[in-house]
Formats: sequence, C-alpha cells, structure tokens
Amino acid sequence: MASRGILSYGAYLPYRRLDRSEIRPVAGTGGGRGQRTVASYDEDATTMAVAAARTALAAAPDGAAPRSLWFATVSPPYLDKTNATAVHAALRLDPAAPAFDVNGAVRSAVGALDAGLGGGPALVVAGEVRTGRPGSPDEAAGGDGASALLVGSSEDGELLAEVIGRASATDEFVDRWRTPGEIASKLWEERFGEGRYVELGAQAWGDALKAAGLVVDQVDRVLVATSHARAAATLGTRLGLGDRLAPGLDATVGFTGAAHPGLLLADALDAARPGEVIALVVLADGADVVLLRTTDALASRRPTPSVADQVAAGAPVAYGTFLAWRGVLPVEPPRRPEPARPSAAAAGRSRDWKFGFVGSEAADGTVHLPPSPLDDRRRPMADATGTIVTYTVDRLAYSPSPPVVFAVVDFDGGGRLPVELTDVDVEDVAIGGRVEMTFRRLFTADGIHNYFWKARPVRTAGASTTGGS
Amino acid sequence: MGSHGIRDRVAIVGMGCTRFAEHWDKGVDELLLDATGEAFASAGITKDDVDAFWLGTAQSGMSGMVLAKPLQLEGKPVTRVENMCATGSEALRQAAYAVASGAYDVAMAVGVEKVKDSGYQGLNAFPIPTDGTNRTLTAAAMFSMVAPAYAKRYGVDRDELRRALARIAAKNHANGARNPRAQFRREVSVEQICAMPAVAGELSVFDCAGVADGAAAAVVVRAEDAHRYTDRPLYVKALSFVAGNGSGLTDPGYDYTTFPEIEASARDAYAQAGVTDPRAELAMAEVHDCFTPTELVLMEDLGFVERGTAWKHVLDGTFDLDGELPVNPDGGLKSFGHPVGASGLRMMFEAWLQLRGEAPEERRISTYGQRHLALTHNLGGYPGEMVSFVSILGTEPSA
Repeated sequence: MASRGILSYGAYLPYRRLDRSEIRPVAGTGGGRGQRTVASYDEDATTMAVAAARTALAAAPDGAAPRSLWFATVSPPYLDKTNATAVHAALRLDPAAPAFDVNGAVRSAVGALDAGLGGGPALVVAGEVRTGRPGSPDEAAGGDGASALLVGSSEDGELLAEVIGRASATDEFVDRWRTPGEIASKLWEERFGEGRYVELGAQAWGDALKAAGLVVDQVDRVLVATSHARAAATLGTRLGLGDRLAPGLDATVGFTGAAHPGLLLADALDAARPGEVIALVVLADGADVVLLRTTDALASRRPTPSVADQVAAGAPVAYGTFLAWRGVLPVEPPRRPEPARPSAAAAGRSRDWKFGFVGSEAADGTVHLPPSPLDDRRRPMADATGTIVTYTVDRLAYSPSPPVVFAVVDFDGGGRLPVELTDVDVEDVAIGGRVEMTFRRLFTADGIHNYFWKARPVRTAGASTTGGS
Repeated sequence: MGSHGIRDRVAIVGMGCTRFAEHWDKGVDELLLDATGEAFASAGITKDDVDAFWLGTAQSGMSGMVLAKPLQLEGKPVTRVENMCATGSEALRQAAYAVASGAYDVAMAVGVEKVKDSGYQGLNAFPIPTDGTNRTLTAAAMFSMVAPAYAKRYGVDRDELRRALARIAAKNHANGARNPRAQFRREVSVEQICAMPAVAGELSVFDCAGVADGAAAAVVVRAEDAHRYTDRPLYVKALSFVAGNGSGLTDPGYDYTTFPEIEASARDAYAQAGVTDPRAELAMAEVHDCFTPTELVLMEDLGFVERGTAWKHVLDGTFDLDGELPVNPDGGLKSFGHPVGASGLRMMFEAWLQLRGEAPEERRISTYGQRHLALTHNLGGYPGEMVSFVSILGTEPSA
C-alpha cells in the first residue's frame, strides 16, 4: 500500500529582526530576551507563503506538481476573497488545481495538512504576520514567517518523510480570542490554558503512539508548535520527553502562528538523519500529533535556503519602524498623492506578468519585461538573478516606508527591468550588486493589495552586504 | 516619405507670458486671460481675429472649452493637446501646421497649467487605471540616475560632476534673478547648492525645476502676412517631434548618459532649418532643464558639444549669458518655473524677446545682433521613455 507523507518542504523567514530588548524602553512593558522575525512593510501572509512555497517546489520530485493548494493563516490579507489564489498565481500552478483558504486560527494549519494528506500531491502553505499590542506577550513572543509542505503519496514521488501515525483531541475553551478586524488577541490567564493543553496533548500523544505502534523511546525528536510556551514545557515534563523535546525557534524567530508547525518541521528535516522518527505536536484549540519517519531520500533533496541559514541572515529593524510597518504607529507620509488602486481588469489581463513575473521573448531572443504583445514566446523570470546596473534613492516618491530604493537590473541570460529594491539598507546598495526576485505587496489602495515583484540582494548565509559580486 | 518641415512659411507675430509663480490668487481662467491678452495686444489683434486655437494643458482641464469659456469665444475651433511636459510646444506645432496648410489665416497656440492647486509637492500625473506594476518613482529619481552613469562612462570625478551640475543650477538662477517673470529671482552659489541635502539620488531640490502656475501664448500667421502685424516677426525654421517607444527602459544597451529621442528630434530640426554647426549658428537655446543632469546631457544630445565634454563646457561658462552659446537666458525651468503645458511656449517667448532685442540689458545674450537663430527644446517623460520637441526660430527669412 502506498504510504503518505512529505514530498518536499520549504520555509521562509523575513530579513528583519526585532531585538526584544527594544520593546520595554518604548512601551514601558513587555519585551524580553532574544529576537523575533519581522515581516517587512511590503510583506504579508500571502507574499511570505509564496516565498516558502517557491523553496518547496524547487526541491519537489519530478512529476509531483500540486493538484491542490491549501493556505492557512491567522492574518489573511483579505476576507471574503480567497487569499490562496494570489499564491496560486505567483506559483503559476495549473488552473485546474483548486486553491483554498483555511483561515482564522493557528489550528487551521493542521486542518490544511490533514486535507492535503487526503489527496495529493497537495501544496500546504502557511504564512503569518504575528501581531500584538505594544508591550504585549504576543508582540514579543510572536514571529513572522511562512512554511510550505508538498504532501502526497509515495506514488506521487519519493517521500522525504512518511506519516506513520496521527491523532487529535478536540475541545472548546476560550484560551485566546480576537474579534475580526482587531490586530491583537486577548488572553485568558495562562494557568487555565496550560491545564487544558497538557491534558489534551497527553491524550493525542498516547493515541498517536498507539496508532504508529511506537513507544516514547522510539521517538527521536518532538516539535511542539503552540502560542502557549508554558503548556509546551509542562507537557514535555509530563510525557517524559527530556532532550527529545526540540528547543524550538523562540529565541531567534518567535512563534509564527499557522506557519509554525511547518516551520518547525522544516527546521527538523534540515538536520534529520534517515530513519528518524519526528513527532509534530500542535497545541491550538485542542491537540494534534503527527508522527513521521524520515527516509533515505532526505539527504539528497533538502531545499535551500535552510531554516538555520535564514535564521543566521537578517538585519535589525528599530522598534519604531516595526510599529510603523504594522500600522500601530502611523507616521507622516511623503507629501505626494497616494497611489490609485490597481485595476482588477487590467491586473487580470496581465496576471502572468503581475503575479508570475513572466516576460516575453522576441524571435531574436530579446527579452521583454513587461512582456510585449508582439512576442509569441513567454519567458518566466521569477527565478532569474541579475546585476544592478545603476540605482537611485527616491526620498520624494510615495512609499509605505520611504525612501524608495530603485535600481536598473540586467538579468543573467537577458532582460532589463527598472525595479524597486527591498530588504536593503541604502548604504549597502552598489552598482554590480547581485539581486533575485521576490513577490511583494507594493501598497494597498482602497483595500486592494497591489502585489508585484521587487528585487532583493542575493544573500549567502551570514552575508549581509550586496555590493560587489 | 520624408520630414520636410515648413521653414519660413509661418511666423510668430505676437506673444504673451504670465509670470510663473505660485498664483494662489489666480486660476486657469485668469492665467489664460492674462497670457492671451498680452499676445493679442502684442500682435495688435483681438480674439475675433484668430481663426483657430490650440490649447496645451497636461492636466488642468479637458477639451477646448477650457479656453473657449474664459475667452468667451464665439463659434471658434479650439483643440486641446497633451504631450506630457512638451504640451506647450505641441500646441504651437499644431497651430503652425494648420496655418501652413492654408486652413487658417491666424492661429493661436496657448499653454497653461495650474499645478499648485493639488496640495502636493512636485508634479503629479493623473492616475490612469493600470495593473499596478508600473513604476511609481518620481521624475527627479529617474533623472538622478543620469549623473552616476555619466561620471562612470566618461571617467569624471563625482565631486567635479557635482560641481558642474551645481554650476548649471547657479547659472539658471543667475539668469532668472534678472527676469521679472521668473518664479525664483534669487542667485544661488555653487557652494550653497552643493551643500543641500539629497532628495533623489545625489540631487537636491536645487537640482530640480521650480513648480509653478502660469500660461503663455503665441499668435502665428503665414510668413508673407507677418509684417501686417509686426516689424520683427519670428520665423519658424523647424519643428520636430519624436515620441519614444520606451525601449530604453528594457534595453540592456541603454546606459542613461544620453536621450536618443532628443538626438533624433535635433537631427530632424537641424535638417529642416539647414543648420550644420549649432554652436556657431545659434544665438541662444532654451532647453528643458527639468533637472540639472538633464541640461548637462542635452548639451551633447543637441550637438552643441562633443560627447563627454559638456561638464567641462559648463564649468568653463560656454553656456552662460556672456558665453559662446547662452543656454536658458530666461532662467530655464529651474528658475522660471515649470507649469507643464505652458513651458514650451515660455521658451519661445524668451526667443521672441532676445532675438528681437526686447530682453532687458542685464540679461541680454552675448550673441545679440550677430546671430539670428534660437533653438527651443522641450521634453516629456523620463530617461529611456520620453517625447522630445525641438524648434528653431529666426528673425531673418531665408534668402
């Protein structure tokens, strides 16, 4: 019988980091040790999900194209309108593959995984911008990021990890809550939630082990994804997990909501040996446990960049800028008109260009960006890298976060585009710098998120400058 | 096929130009009445003597009624034209061709822009619905990319180039200070300009054109009728126009040190006018100095000097009021201000004053009386995608 599991995976962490010690001097409360990841002003759950999914698809086995897309997030850019369709368009998936949102709660991620494992290959993505009031526990403990899992059966392609047991325990209780439209959740006192999660977690854990026919000593690594850090620690003690309980990413990334189960799994798979048993435990409005066993294929099909490399990269963002990016601290905009909303009809016509970054190619090989109506051949450019020919810094133009850093980029293999740069500090930009493309939200007008691509420096692990090449 | 021009078939016989300024107390109607009134008086005619009108405005109104209403025209054709920042020149071009065709005896070209009612800084284009992937950079930032590219291509020291760009702004401020119709009438030193904070690339606000309201107008008639209206008509020697196809934005061969549309329109204009050595033959030039690097490159694209040498000529004073070829003797966009639809006609207004000896002594061009041709150059758009207009006007009909 075919087994089911993970065909490939990818994670995305945004470039900016907030040092938690910066919070208390401003907010008067909150903060803590370590760092959290911060989505840039031009990122949201959708754009980050695209980034993680691109990584996962680049490492997918041949022939395992997604037949469905599932997008989980607690921070959906749109309501009423499906968010997964923008991810679908950016990834240029088959129009016959449906795209579904599974939104609103951290547990949605497990639901998406469950749905995906039922058929396949299914691309299960999650992206999160984790917000909270200034000084709140959620603000400090939260992190922004995305994860993507391509799941399916061993008939779809060689599995990296096989699901060997699953169990859930569901209950209704008010541990945290948020009414739609608010940026921050409210929390019940934590001892109450701790009690519920430990009980539910222990129940699901036992059931999952039984389903897999394992005992606790046969589990190599336990990953716990939850907003309730205290419950995770207590559960670990109760189950006698000891150092099987993975340290998690709390000190460097923070809890990334619906993206967190996939992020922890990606980080574990980055380091796991073949034949390891990994337990993923999600404590969110119940408890879900998934037991996986890694395969021999893992060593040869790990994606890049790894989670650890992305943790090691990154540059600081000031707390004031972080608050401005999240809309908590509205700052004075440039005295220029705000951009008009993009036309839905025009955007629909240029869907391949706008979402997929597909140019065109003339008969003589000349690459046109945007595509020319005179060319017959399409030319996908999202994975192309290029070089900065010249650049400028515009302190006058409208931007959600001035100044605009803008470069003329010549792509390897042809094509030129004058394009905005992102994730850069002005002093690090140089002619000759190498860039890659990233899907971003340029601005929002009349509630319409204007998605398109920007260029960002190609960064190898640990490197933070863009000059030279 | 061919571009033949209408050399000496049409003449400008009257002009008017408002002061370019932040006209908080004047709207489009008042500006149009002021400029056209002065032009009618200058030609010794009334509005009823004009057979057809061309109104240039980039975004201060729609249709010919913008002019017909304030002037209370009765049964007259008025065409509204728009060609970005070259709108005013385009109005004159169409009026001149209409007269040359024989369709009308007397035509008027009017340009107007009321930009200071928007409440925003700088110039702002009317938003056309798009897919949202178009560039939203300011013109200042687009043109700022010319400076480092120029320095790199010709091996010019960045500080030296910075001084040359400042020298362009200082020259235009000095000229504008001597012009009662200019927006900015204050001299600014090279040192002051170099000390300003950058707002776009290495450019400061002193590298950018003034943003002003204003209007200008010209009356055109057949050359043989010109002396009925004035003893000193300005003959149209050449009118050329090129609309770029935007390839500079996507062509890896484009290096931001030249504007091919301008080179092409200049070539056409010189051919129409029979000019072979512009630096020696022109008495003056009014060029589109929207930003200081633009004027620098224009000196080369218009063929005034060899490529890679404009910065030296600027520092040597070649284009000063008392230089070999005075450029922007009225202060240019930099100091006169830039009401988009009016600027092209404002340039011709300076040629009208200078070639006919009506410019005040303190800003009279060094070539006055010796040379009789003026060039005006007006562009719209950005490096890589622009429209370019060149006219050549002269006081002497061809032999």
